Amino acid sequence: MAEIIEMPKLSDTMESGTLIKWLKQEGDAVSSGDMIAEVETDKATMEVECFEDGILLKQYLEEGGSIVIGGPICAIGEEGEEAPEVEMPEPVAEEEDEADEPEVEEVTEEAEAEEEVAEAPAAPTSKPAAPQVAARADGERIKISPLARKMADEMNVDIARVQGSGPHGRILKADVEEASKNPQALAPAVGSSPSISLGAIEEKTDKVTNMRASIAKALVKSKTEAPHFYLQSEVNAEPLAIIRKDLNDFLTTIPPEQGGIKYTVNDLILKASAMAVSSVPAINRSWQGKTIKQFGAVHLAFGVAIDDGLVTPVIRDADSKSLRQIAVEARELIAKARDRKLKPDEMSGSTLTVTNLGMFGITDFYGIINPNNAAILSVGATIKQPVVDENNQVTIGYRMKVGLSGDHRVIDGAVGAQYLQALGNLLEKPAILLV
Amino acid sequence: MPVITYRQALKDALAEEIIRDENVFIMGEEVAQYNGAYKVTEGLWKKFGDKRLWDAPISEAGFIGLGIGASWLGLRPVIEMMFFSFVYVAWDQAVNNAATVRYMSGGQINCPIVIRGPANGGTNVGATHSHTPENLVANFPGVKVVVPSTPADAKGLMKSAIRDNDPVFFMESTLLYGNEGEVPEDDDYLIPLGRADIKREGSDISLIAHGGCVLAAIRAAEYLKKEHNVDAEVVDLRSIRPLDKATVLKSVKKTNRALLIEENKPFCGVGAQVSHMIQREAFDYLDAPVHRISAVDAPAIYSPPVEKIQIPHAKQIVDEVRNILQIKA
Amino acid sequence: MSTEAPETHEFNKGRSRTLEKTDLFEFAKDPVNEAMTVEEKIKCFTDMVRIRKFEQAALQSYQKGKMGGFLHLYIGQEATAVGTISVLGENDHIITAYRDHGHALTVGMEMNPCMAELYGKYTGCSKGKGGSMHYFAPDKNFWGGHGIVAGQTPLGLGLAFALKYKGLKGCCLCYLGDGAINQGVFHESLNIASLWDIPVIYIIENNGYSMGTSQSRSSAFPDAGLAARAHSYKIDYITVHGENLYEVRAKTNEAVQRAYNESRPTVMEIFTYRYYGHSIADANHQRYRTKEEIKHYQENKDPINVWEQILIEEGHLDAAKVKEIDKAAKEEAKASVKFADESPFPPPQSMLDDVYHSVDNPGTHTNEGEIFFNDSLPF
Repeated sequence: MAEIIEMPKLSDTMESGTLIKWLKQEGDAVSSGDMIAEVETDKATMEVECFEDGILLKQYLEEGGSIVIGGPICAIGEEGEEAPEVEMPEPVAEEEDEADEPEVEEVTEEAEAEEEVAEAPAAPTSKPAAPQVAARADGERIKISPLARKMADEMNVDIARVQGSGPHGRILKADVEEASKNPQALAPAVGSSPSISLGAIEEKTDKVTNMRASIAKALVKSKTEAPHFYLQSEVNAEPLAIIRKDLNDFLTTIPPEQGGIKYTVNDLILKASAMAVSSVPAINRSWQGKTIKQFGAVHLAFGVAIDDGLVTPVIRDADSKSLRQIAVEARELIAKARDRKLKPDEMSGSTLTVTNLGMFGITDFYGIINPNNAAILSVGATIKQPVVDENNQVTIGYRMKVGLSGDHRVIDGAVGAQYLQALGNLLEKPAILLV
Repeated sequence: MPVITYRQALKDALAEEIIRDENVFIMGEEVAQYNGAYKVTEGLWKKFGDKRLWDAPISEAGFIGLGIGASWLGLRPVIEMMFFSFVYVAWDQAVNNAATVRYMSGGQINCPIVIRGPANGGTNVGATHSHTPENLVANFPGVKVVVPSTPADAKGLMKSAIRDNDPVFFMESTLLYGNEGEVPEDDDYLIPLGRADIKREGSDISLIAHGGCVLAAIRAAEYLKKEHNVDAEVVDLRSIRPLDKATVLKSVKKTNRALLIEENKPFCGVGAQVSHMIQREAFDYLDAPVHRISAVDAPAIYSPPVEKIQIPHAKQIVDEVRNILQIKA
Repeated sequence: MSTEAPETHEFNKGRSRTLEKTDLFEFAKDPVNEAMTVEEKIKCFTDMVRIRKFEQAALQSYQKGKMGGFLHLYIGQEATAVGTISVLGENDHIITAYRDHGHALTVGMEMNPCMAELYGKYTGCSKGKGGSMHYFAPDKNFWGGHGIVAGQTPLGLGLAFALKYKGLKGCCLCYLGDGAINQGVFHESLNIASLWDIPVIYIIENNGYSMGTSQSRSSAFPDAGLAARAHSYKIDYITVHGENLYEVRAKTNEAVQRAYNESRPTVMEIFTYRYYGHSIADANHQRYRTKEEIKHYQENKDPINVWEQILIEEGHLDAAKVKEIDKAAKEEAKASVKFADESPFPPPQSMLDDVYHSVDNPGTHTNEGEIFFNDSLPF
């Protein structure tokens, strides 16, 4: 029975060998201890020792050929014996790129079996509970100690509203305990009017948040590419105030589930802005470089200030929505904006934008046009002021200034003026808004 | 309970174990006729004679290796390093032979040797003599590392170390030898290796230390109580390997804050291991990052006043606690 | 047999004596040899053949990729282990370096666990934890198997110290290679051995090469011989022709008697030769010496051939008997390969066994606390 002589492992690091020279030829007699070939390893050229007695029947590897350890190099058997056929392993590649996934060889069958046993009972677990919001509405990560975070979870304390007393405002165990005992002490929810701080102003440099970066990019583009022109008109806001009071006096007595609602001034303005477009559709256009697009529906964006930023959620098809629909939708979008839960499609695709700084007492201002809009409305505060009435009497009146910034590439002053006029008519005769 | 020095407590432990077990002997440089460089073995040669106390030539590798070989045949050598810094010349014996023989023999051979001596800085003997190698040694699976801070611990841990069947590195401090404390007289006063000790109860922060730093931590804790009404808990590890994970974690879970104090150099020090353990096992209990105080990361400086501030001291601990707790000085 | 010494490059002055033709029966009349029974003589022959067959089988297995790391073969040096150990009594102990297979088999370790250890199997003599360089059998007074050159020299000193401490009449044979004599710890050990009258016998197995560096290139004053270094410590020393079992036994016994009766150490230098490289991985072993040199040893100084010749001349052995012993040893080695091949690898959990006595024997120590520090084990 012929013995197959294999490429021997000749060093601790050797993986394959190159047969440099045969020292015995086919047909030669060999005996145990003879050197039959020279092999080059990763370390040196070495001789292959034979541990068999007999005739070298066949050389499977030519001089210069390489083969992995254990690959057949020759057969030794008795005189006249046929050399067995062998399967040659793949030749050794020059440089193998080992980008494969690392594999761990199983050491023993026992180990495999145990692994199975160990894994079997592990029932599929549900996804870990989502951690509490890790960021404030302004996008800044909330600093909180691991302990305080765990306690806040357990005590159901909204960490976004807890003031941290630790270094760099880190929320500590004591802060969470305090907050749970004394919920009134919680910081106001972000989005309402800014609180005053009498403390010293801390000088610091903050990294630009993603929101600020995108605001900066969009507005620089708009202000530098779109030639802005500005118009302003003053509106008698008294009818608006009266109708709002009448509506609310009635609607707020009804439970919400039966249709109770409270309208804001802004709800009325949004409704009016969308409705006015039907009189002056040209305001609802967009500069597209080589074309100008006339939109068929009004997707009305409105600005919501949040900490360290501004978002503009969009009420789709506002022109075909009722005041109630607009009011409800606006409320939802504002809430989402403050929770930073607006989805991208709720903040994009606007055709016209309304901003309002009236709540801050600002009487008149001009906005920068939202990219891809033709105009932005800027609504100021309603001011109680002396006015000259139709009887040339100075009386107490309520006035609100509405400004418009227009993209002169798309629209001209006249279009803007017509639109403001249409809007003013609606605001001064607000019953139409209820149609 | 009698009040005796740390040195005396060690000596009592050695003497009691020599009497208890005929296989216990002490070997080292000048431990016998000279009475010991730091007098830990003073009087023992006179009492127990040549067979039990061996003045070795200055050949640490030779006599540590001898001790290891002798321990295989059942002897219980207690080998003194005049300074623990000298163990480096016998490193192959200590970490190749003592630490691995049980493993490489598949559990057939035990190595019940104790290698003891002072491992501390602060005595102006320069960088070569001021090493605190507990972190280095504890990195070798197979050995145990013990660092007592009080006379009672020194006695109870030494007796346990001698009776242990694994190699124990027992690191003392020349600065502690003269300290006094109550020590039980019991011949079988054994403190298990691997049990930490709460040296002072507290609820506001855990000061985790070993060796001489435990005393600095206690001083700092007393000051913090007096000046700031802060209750610091002082945890004395006592043993680096085995490590009393349970006691450390329990304390941190109670106080929610940890400050680790050690004379080790910071890089890859014992504190690094303990700190990792705390964040890994008590993450949800932390109300502040784990802080560490170690020796200033340079070789031990000779200059006496400067060396004082190179190694951790009570004021530094107080300052760091104030920093963690946001207390203004 | 040709007796002409070959021309070798870098050949060592101190070793020229190893090439002399010696009188095979010069030490036959030594009392320790005179007292040998025929069975004992045959056993020595069998032991040497078993070492060789075991290692040849191990070599083939290594070349088939069955084991990793190093494999330091003893082939050529067999009479040293067999001759020295054959004169020992029950209180005598043995410790050696990493070329340890010969000593292990001679003290009575079985081929199966020894081969399985090379294969890294759980049935190995160290459960697959030690490997080729780290065989131990404390129940047979065999204390390893040590990987670091000269690292075992103070350990042997300690074993002998313990014998003296306990008042036992015994000694420790501590083997080392010719390369180990330049390590500081060997000299520390010699100093202490002499200073404290410790019954340790250092046996320098001088095979001529400190890894791949010849003696004349590694040791100062080679002309004096390596054992002569003992002179500085006032330790008795002897040189021995390592191919002749009678001589090895006689001179070892002289040292052993000195240890027993005077509690004094001895340094022996045994001239021997290894046919293979420092290790299997020593690919260049034919670069620092010539083929002729190896051949000369194999033809003239092979310890198995020399002992065979002696026993044939004494009428205790014939060709048939030699063939029978040879065959039996080969079969035994082959069976050990099969045993090793079929044995399981250590279960991964066993990695954490045998590190600490206190962990393996809970309740026997005053131990608490965590000993191992893996956050998660990979098995």
